Amino acid sequence: MLGILASIADGLLIGSVYGMAAMGLTLIWGVMNVINLTHGAMIVAGMFAMYLISDWLGISPYAVVAPVAVIGFGAGVLIYWLSVHRMMGRPPLMSLLSTFAVNLVLIGLGTDVWGTELFNVQVSLPGLSFAGYTFPGTHLMAAALTGVITVLLFLFMQKTRAGKAIRAVAGNREAAELVGIPTTRVLALAFGLGVALACVSGALIATMFPFTVLSGGAYQLKSFVVTVLGGLGNPAGALLGGVALGLLEGLATPFMPVSWTSVIEFVVFVIVLIAFPRGLFNFTFRRS
Amino acid sequence: MTDLLEVNNLSLRFGGVRAVQGLSFTVREKEILGLIGPNGAGKSTVFNLIDGIFPPDEGSIHFAGKEITGEKPYRIVRHGIARTHQIVQPLTGMSVLENCMVGACFGFENQNLHHARETAFEVLKLVGLAERAEHPASQLTIAGKKRLELARALCARPKLLLLDEVLAGLNPSEVERMIAIIRGIRERGVAILIIEHLMQAIMSLSDRIVVLNTGQKLAEGLPTEIVHDKKVIEAYLGDPNIVAKLANGGAP
Amino acid sequence: MDRLSFLRKPFFWIIIAVAAAFVVLPLWHNDVALRESLILAAVYIILASNLNLMIGYAGYVNFGSIVFFGLGGYIGVFLIIDYGMQPFLAALAAGVVVSALALVLGLGILRLHGFYFALATIGVNQAVQSFVSNFTPWGGASGIYISMSAYQLLGGPMKALWTIYFLMVGVMAVSLLLSYAIKTSKFGLGLLAIGQNESAAGVLGVPTPLYKAMAYSVSAFLPAVAGCLYFFKSAFIQPVDAFDLSFSTEAVVMVMLGGQGTIAGPAIGAFLYEELRGWLLTSATFSNFQLVIAGAILLVIVTFAPGGVMGFIHRYLPKSRKFLQ
Repeated sequence: MLGILASIADGLLIGSVYGMAAMGLTLIWGVMNVINLTHGAMIVAGMFAMYLISDWLGISPYAVVAPVAVIGFGAGVLIYWLSVHRMMGRPPLMSLLSTFAVNLVLIGLGTDVWGTELFNVQVSLPGLSFAGYTFPGTHLMAAALTGVITVLLFLFMQKTRAGKAIRAVAGNREAAELVGIPTTRVLALAFGLGVALACVSGALIATMFPFTVLSGGAYQLKSFVVTVLGGLGNPAGALLGGVALGLLEGLATPFMPVSWTSVIEFVVFVIVLIAFPRGLFNFTFRRS
Repeated sequence: MTDLLEVNNLSLRFGGVRAVQGLSFTVREKEILGLIGPNGAGKSTVFNLIDGIFPPDEGSIHFAGKEITGEKPYRIVRHGIARTHQIVQPLTGMSVLENCMVGACFGFENQNLHHARETAFEVLKLVGLAERAEHPASQLTIAGKKRLELARALCARPKLLLLDEVLAGLNPSEVERMIAIIRGIRERGVAILIIEHLMQAIMSLSDRIVVLNTGQKLAEGLPTEIVHDKKVIEAYLGDPNIVAKLANGGAP
Repeated sequence: MDRLSFLRKPFFWIIIAVAAAFVVLPLWHNDVALRESLILAAVYIILASNLNLMIGYAGYVNFGSIVFFGLGGYIGVFLIIDYGMQPFLAALAAGVVVSALALVLGLGILRLHGFYFALATIGVNQAVQSFVSNFTPWGGASGIYISMSAYQLLGGPMKALWTIYFLMVGVMAVSLLLSYAIKTSKFGLGLLAIGQNESAAGVLGVPTPLYKAMAYSVSAFLPAVAGCLYFFKSAFIQPVDAFDLSFSTEAVVMVMLGGQGTIAGPAIGAFLYEELRGWLLTSATFSNFQLVIAGAILLVIVTFAPGGVMGFIHRYLPKSRKFLQ
């Protein structure tokens, strides 16, 4: 029994990181109605950035998080200009396909350079022992950092001009433009932010688990499940959804082989979509 | 004239807002019923309720004796009700003719392609779009798109036509033309429920008028009665001078 | 009166001519290498043109269409080996089973809109792949090997390979004709309306849930048939190949490249892409680049030429609209 509780607790820790990844996805959707299919690739990019910078330069992994965020932001803005900017105003199918195309290119390049090798980021951090179970220090640290970043994001969105501009554009793009907000730059900013979140979550995941170039797929799926659980465009819901998913995984892992987790998540995803199209944690009731 | 459409005690809430409340009215066969009211009165919502886009929280809708409350939109057409949208929704990738054929194929008579083509041409002639039949729908002017929207709904061979602000955005000569078309539609035995802001047009077109305000029925009656109804004047028309002008057939 | 009018349409004969070319060319010189290359092209054309029914007609992107191909392969091979069924019949049976499953599944997942549906199709593929990988009667993760004796059903390996080839060309021709028949039918008109504006189509009376599910189901049939033929010919089927997501991704690129919504488009896209892919695989520098190139092509097409090759042809040669659809 205690073993299951420990598994669940661990799942909650990991789940918070999933939540942060999903926040990036849901932010982009909420602001510009675009599903970012490069999300998985950018999570992997974060993983590799963490690995390369901390391993080659010998810096402590947790100091690398901030630079990864910056790199992720830059990459996000670049991807916006490359594949999303022209798709505004076109049917959503087009932005779906364009981000998908960029994803293909990124994963293709990645497998070309790094193949399908397993990579690992070495972190030595003491864990927390409780009632005979040890919670890995990396998990605790990742959850803590996620908490910090979430608070920072919240402050950014509520208190800074840029954050308010993003919320304005998300609410009503035309009105925002009429008021003089440079919408294109704001959209690029929001996209960059969303990708930065993905990269940072990838960096943190890299400290917890080994990864390959192709790991992005599984984490992208998790992000989508979480986003759907929390309601699209709802960052707070994304965090809660992530924790919920972590909980689910914590419950499931003692009982079933790892290869089935993705399938379970997918089934949950479809069920939630069909039964709760607005998400489980969406507290604003809106019809139509 | 028998009752064609019966709306009974219809209510709908959006979150905390009561969009429509306890609304009841009827549309008789071959009559033109005007639905007016200030912005946000719930007029388009009524159309969406009849059309099955939202199911009502309370109340019922009957058409030709059958209950149609909450049925899905694609079934509503099969009963004999067709509608136009306030913001036109042409199928932009298709030609004008193809747009109409969709209406004919999936409308009341469920026609086959061959039959639908004939119906489409016939209706396009009626609204004056016959020469544009092969043009892509996206190339029409706003007036053309409004006429296409109307034609497409007509192709479904409805018994009741719901018109949502078909005159909005048209210049005076286009308005006149459209009014003539609408009258022509009624001559062919189709009942019409029309939402319109152009006061003069709707007053002259309608046999009867229902006035809506904040989701509730404010008044109902002949155009001449409505124009003199105190409640309506207060809530909607505001200035008694406008009322006097209207009563004398002038512009507001 | 209208039943046989398609015989007068030049496009019908273009399809027949292409199929005839596929049959005659390798046969003429008994060119086995050409046959192998063309059978792959035929498979791509089948996958792309059936996928087009969802993407180009109904407007729903199916990223996981490979699941029909793979599942058809498994069911067909299973029927041939375990029940000694004639390959042609097994292929048809596989097609029927898979499209029936697709109909049921479709009624469920087609309630999801645009992107969610696309994601769900990936999930379906992954779920089926997981299941088959763990399903021992079908060889689990290691797959099924087909022994030479199975080819006696078609008169020995040599004859079998040619027969399967002709059958595949037949399936290809049927795929193209099916796309054509649907496009010019009432069902097709409804689908295209859904693809343009689903809610407007609903208000106009198009029975959207049924039509979408039917499109999904129909788009599953011929790929399943092709899957059975292909894997029988390959003498080996395993989950990693049968449900290879990158393959159906490439199918999406083919449809967009050639021109979604047209009939010739997916075929042209499939053919061009297959040639490109073949060239890339043999070139030492680019062998891992295939997905990168695919992605780059897709990005360029979506950004600058969303109508694909057919869109391009139709724009600069407007008269071609009449006979090349």
